[in-house]
Amino acid sequence: MKCFIGIDLGSTTTKAVVMDETCAVLGRGITNSRSNYDTAAAVSKQEALIDTRFTLFRRGLSDVSGLSGKVDGFLADLERHFRRVQFVEQLNDLEETCVRNTAGPRFHGRETAIHETLAHVFAKLRQESFEIFAPGAKRRSDFFRDIAGSRFMTVATEACKEAGLSFDLVLNVYDKSIIEVENRPPGGAMEAKFLAALDSTLTDGAGVDAEAVRKPVSAALGIPLEETYVVGTGYGRVRLPFPKEHIRSEILCHGLGAHIMYNDTRTVLDIGGQDTKAIQVDPSGIVENFQMNDRCAAGCGRYLGYIADEMNMGLHELGPLAMKSTRSVRINSTCTVFAGAELRDRLALGEKREDILAGLHRAIILRAMSIISRSGGIRDQFTFTGGVAKNEAAVRELKKLIKENYGDVTINIDPDSIYTGALGGAAFAQRAVMN
Amino acid sequence: MSTQDVIKEASMLKQKEMIANNYDLLTSTRGHGRKVASTFVPGNLNELIMCFDMLNNLPEINAIQNGMKKLSGGYITEAEKGGHSEDVCTYVKADLGMMKRGNLAPNGKPLPDPDLLLLSYTGCFTFMKWFELLRAEYNCPTVMLHVPYQGDGKTTQNMRDYIVKQLKEDVIPTLEKVSGVKFDIDRLRENLRRSAKAEDDLVWVLETAKNKPTPIDAYFGGVYYIGPIFTAFRGTDDAVEYYRLLRAEIEERMRQGLGPLTPEGEMKEQKYRLVVEGPPNWTSFRDFWKMFYDEGAVVVASTYTKVGGMYDLGFRHDPDHPLESLADYCLGCYTNRNLPQRVDLLEKYINEYEADGLLINSIKSCNSFSAGQLLMMREIEKRTGKPGAFIETDLVDPRYFSAANVKNRLESYFQMIDQKRRALASAA
Repeated sequence: MKCFIGIDLGSTTTKAVVMDETCAVLGRGITNSRSNYDTAAAVSKQEALIDTRFTLFRRGLSDVSGLSGKVDGFLADLERHFRRVQFVEQLNDLEETCVRNTAGPRFHGRETAIHETLAHVFAKLRQESFEIFAPGAKRRSDFFRDIAGSRFMTVATEACKEAGLSFDLVLNVYDKSIIEVENRPPGGAMEAKFLAALDSTLTDGAGVDAEAVRKPVSAALGIPLEETYVVGTGYGRVRLPFPKEHIRSEILCHGLGAHIMYNDTRTVLDIGGQDTKAIQVDPSGIVENFQMNDRCAAGCGRYLGYIADEMNMGLHELGPLAMKSTRSVRINSTCTVFAGAELRDRLALGEKREDILAGLHRAIILRAMSIISRSGGIRDQFTFTGGVAKNEAAVRELKKLIKENYGDVTINIDPDSIYTGALGGAAFAQRAVMN
Repeated sequence: MSTQDVIKEASMLKQKEMIANNYDLLTSTRGHGRKVASTFVPGNLNELIMCFDMLNNLPEINAIQNGMKKLSGGYITEAEKGGHSEDVCTYVKADLGMMKRGNLAPNGKPLPDPDLLLLSYTGCFTFMKWFELLRAEYNCPTVMLHVPYQGDGKTTQNMRDYIVKQLKEDVIPTLEKVSGVKFDIDRLRENLRRSAKAEDDLVWVLETAKNKPTPIDAYFGGVYYIGPIFTAFRGTDDAVEYYRLLRAEIEERMRQGLGPLTPEGEMKEQKYRLVVEGPPNWTSFRDFWKMFYDEGAVVVASTYTKVGGMYDLGFRHDPDHPLESLADYCLGCYTNRNLPQRVDLLEKYINEYEADGLLINSIKSCNSFSAGQLLMMREIEKRTGKPGAFIETDLVDPRYFSAANVKNRLESYFQMIDQKRRALASAA
């Protein structure tokens, strides 16, 4: 089948969306951007195509009698198993790479000890993979680097102690190897991985009739996914190995993406990792005007990342904590580093963490409001996209400020808004071929 | 691309030679003894200065030269060390820093101290402060020609008389005193006659951008075309010759159906016709330009190429009314016009040059002219229905040019024009 793909290479994450001829979204994929945009583009695309397969499975299974009410559960199981298969495959790659990288004068005479320790550590990680991908298990991140990394540190520290090996030595091997593995999109035939996952899902007893499921899944796997047209956007777009006509500015992609998600969108705010964009679109999604931050990225997603580091918290923990605030502390600084200083100052003065965080979220949104007004203000409907749109505290501040400044406006926030740029890209790809 | 690869036409070589000669004259005053006046581009009274055998040194032009030669960053740091804040006009800081580092001209020799600071005040308040700083440094005579601002969008006989009176009673006597040369109005007439001739040719060249495709880029190429007339050469035979050569070259380009010349050769495809407001960024001039011609964007009219005189609106220096025409010249500079006049002018350019839209390059360190630019853009969008875009860079502070950001905005803008065009075509 024809697939139209949009890839949005952001400063923090890379997103891909797969769309069919009718502009229906089939799949979405996301990965961390790394320092290597080529890999990030390949991985996000692969992820989106994997997701597309699941959509096709769902379509195939929807007509199967006796499965009603069970499809969601089955697909969730299948996905867990698939992710585990993929995780183990990358783990094996990582182990082989680590072994290869245990060479040179630094390791002289200790190779065997290191190899043995590595074998032990990876065997343990493979074993743990069942727990990591167990039903209901919470993962801090879906990226291989994060999952494997945090577990490796714990297991290897222990193993090194037991073996009387320097942890630094093993860490050195790991650091070198994880970069290599991360910059290699997972290889291997997808179909085989899906079938392996299907087998283990059914062995686990998914509560479905194996034979009833096998046929539609295999049929869906047999549908060829043709990459008909790919459009790249985002900061890294010039790095994509695409001809120029396959590259679109992220402003246009975000405008069109927001229009596709919410047809009545006239103003779009996108807060990404390093930029904040305010875009005005006409009723058909064509960009009329835009403004962006320039010279300084305070007030963007990375600002929150920095604050999270300063507070020794996870990025996703900031919003929920700020929501507990009862009064917002005024943060004056428009500079990320100064905001960090102000934060420590406020903490020292005895202000509550949640109140300071509420103030920081407000500071971000105030900057965004200024960019919005420079682009022509807010018109109904307003769509908020980008990674920061997932932050409930940022959303709360935004809603307050919109109400104060523009009155009642319909505010749209899609849970998949991080894919807006990629969605617009895919729509451009679809138009390039179908129109 | 190395400088050797850049294609040079006769007019370019001529201008290069003129600039080099002027710097040689400026840096050898001890030998020939001619006096030096420092002055600014808008309101530049070159024809008058020439009547006193004086040389004209333009600090703004030095700053631009240093910006393009990648020297301004160091000079600005030097000025900041001297206590000037980050937000001060970077032309000023580049000039002050240059002075601190020996005031070397592009020929490597030190520029002389000015014998006179001639401030022809035409709308930029910073100019006045700049000369205050220079006066403290050089302790030399200063004369200010106060040109009334066109706050109401028009000039009056009263304003004109006021300027002529100052010229007669203050500026000319000071020039006589500093130079020791007696004023000869016939000499001024001759100079003005030459100015008008060169101005005719300049306007002819700038207006060729009304053609589709245009043989010139009226911004990136335009800043070179205005060079002689805005600086120390208006009223000279050299300038007349330069514009004669330039016009002949453009005529030839038109005859051959060629597009504008860029540092990488002829621009082949013209996809977007733009009007630009605001000066270019000088420290990354080539990179900035490339962001346009790589995408097929050509500038058909710009206001920056009018800061030193609005010749395309019909003004010419007039040998029959010498002092009055100097007054009219100063009153009419782009910098001396109010916001509604600037909007009217931009609208006229969009329409007459059949542009696809307006791009504003807003200057971080220029408070006088950046104020109100967003409003101007909105008004133009409203009046013409053409999309506007806004980018921010700086004159000569390399720290304020964020290439990725500017490129991103420009590409987005060009694609936006494309998208609108396609929507219009499919609606039609």
